[in-house]
Amino acid sequence: MPIKKLRARPKKAKTAVLKKTAAVPVPAEEQKIRIGWFTFSCSEDNTVVMTEIMNDHWQEWKKMFDFRHVRMLKSHNILDALDIVFIEGAIASEEQAQKLKEIRQRSKLLVAVGACACVGLPAGQRNTFTEIQRAKIEHLVAKFAALPKVLKVAEVVSVDAEVPGCPMDPANFLRVVNQAVARVRAERRS
Amino acid sequence: MHTVDLDFTIDRVTKVEGSASLDVKVRGGKVQEVRFKITEYKRFFTQAMLGKPIAALPQLLSRICGTCSNAHLLCSIEACEHALGVVPSPQTMLLRMLTMYGLMIRDHALHLYLFSMPDIFGKDAFLDLDESNPEQHQMLHDGFEVKAAGNYLATLVAGRSVHALYPAIGGHLRTPDAEGIAEAVKKLTAVRPAVLRLIDIFAQAPFHFDRQTNFMALVPERYGFLKGVIVTSRGDRIQEEQFRRHLERVVLPYSQASAYKHQASSYMVGSLARINLASDHLHPKTKESAAHVLKHFPSTDVFHNNLAQAIEILHAVDDAIEMLTTHQFKPEPVPKLVYREAVGVGVIEAPRGTLYHEVGIGADGVVTHGEIVVPTGQNQINIEEDVHRLVQDLLPHVTREILTHEIEKLIRAYDPCMSCASHFLKVNWDA
Repeated sequence: MPIKKLRARPKKAKTAVLKKTAAVPVPAEEQKIRIGWFTFSCSEDNTVVMTEIMNDHWQEWKKMFDFRHVRMLKSHNILDALDIVFIEGAIASEEQAQKLKEIRQRSKLLVAVGACACVGLPAGQRNTFTEIQRAKIEHLVAKFAALPKVLKVAEVVSVDAEVPGCPMDPANFLRVVNQAVARVRAERRS
Repeated sequence: MHTVDLDFTIDRVTKVEGSASLDVKVRGGKVQEVRFKITEYKRFFTQAMLGKPIAALPQLLSRICGTCSNAHLLCSIEACEHALGVVPSPQTMLLRMLTMYGLMIRDHALHLYLFSMPDIFGKDAFLDLDESNPEQHQMLHDGFEVKAAGNYLATLVAGRSVHALYPAIGGHLRTPDAEGIAEAVKKLTAVRPAVLRLIDIFAQAPFHFDRQTNFMALVPERYGFLKGVIVTSRGDRIQEEQFRRHLERVVLPYSQASAYKHQASSYMVGSLARINLASDHLHPKTKESAAHVLKHFPSTDVFHNNLAQAIEILHAVDDAIEMLTTHQFKPEPVPKLVYREAVGVGVIEAPRGTLYHEVGIGADGVVTHGEIVVPTGQNQINIEEDVHRLVQDLLPHVTREILTHEIEKLIRAYDPCMSCASHFLKVNWDA
């Protein structure tokens, strides 16, 4: 049974991306949820915020999650079937776009975190440069094979949920994590 | 590894901030080329700042980097203040120092526990530490508690630990309340024994790599990261406003980031440079408690950068407690800005080393030009030279896997930040 798509942006609360959910209990016998965290063009502020959220949640997450691919946390990263992936950053090159599409194909739920992933800014600030500013950077854009226009994640792949903000709000992130975990568990039981 | 010719690539270095790769080319058993390539895509902040009102600049430039964001924020504020002739109050300077202490505790702890400590215990990740082992169990709990104390301090004083809200040009928008100060002192006091354990772990770490280089840092009267004189271990003194004449920009065509030399030579910035050049200025309690490890400095062992970071956490804890318990914070108005055509330079010590922001503004307060020099850019050539020596020393009797691990460990000791520099690491081998 396919997973019901997460609602990305509720109409009434822009900052609260998903409906409030109670903390998800962690059955000890449950198979760990496979997590991926991928960073593209950005300042990595959401990664830093996530590592700060870990200060209070690491014991619970250690039991609940199999961190399959999180370069900030480990060296041996595996890109295979993932339950929940978090995408941080905007897409600045075709190589990044292809990588993102591969991640999408391997993941059940994809969550865009932070302003660069959700709206493409500020990483994509060159999209709005003046002609004079563009003339000064175009050789660098060409040299490193960057895309003519920096893209938000939803312009490249389908997104199941968003946690906006620069950086993301920890409470909103935890709400989305809890909902995504509940969806994955519901799918496993079905 | 028994080949004498080798092409080697580390596709992306892990447990660092940002994205970089490394290419190594060996011919006839000699390392011919090492290319440390920062592969973060440019986000063009020095272009984006043009035409912006100066009041909006510090918050924009804090977005250069997530982990060092508050350092960019404060450096930009200093550049703007120097341009406008604004002198912040003593209380504002104290609040900025506390903001930096929150950053140093949180950021150094992230690097030491989550990135570097797994190498010491032979683990892939910090979360892989064995909770049934008393020492590793202790470290797991220490790591998150120390990080949380720094996070709390920064949030209390600056509004947020990432992209802080309260520091502003000319002043500080809010002062911490008594309840928050008491809680911060309680948390900082509680983690001090953990920081002492951290110092001992890195003092006993079995990794060493020694190569002579030049060290550069802002040497303060009071070890605090914001004020001081730029000095080098070779005895040079650099005027802040003259930094562009002393830092020689080197274009590495394979890297998204600018590299720098000083007097035609590579140099190193960061905690090791600061402790080498300014350990006399540490907090008296820190000097007393860390006396048994401070005897290792000055040091040219790159892995002592980790030890130096641990000492800096202790200093940040000790000095923050003193500041919070001896100062009565009162609300102060932020002065109205009066614009003038001018250029301002800000120089501070970010967690990874000396950070420079220059801003030019017009009479209307609109930014006309800007330049930013970040620590990892300054360390880039020194890293390449160290990796060159390391690979040459290890060849030919190691496997690629061991070589990759050793290179990553060495690079990790620098605690590089590619988000800043591009604006980490892919190793590509060519043999």
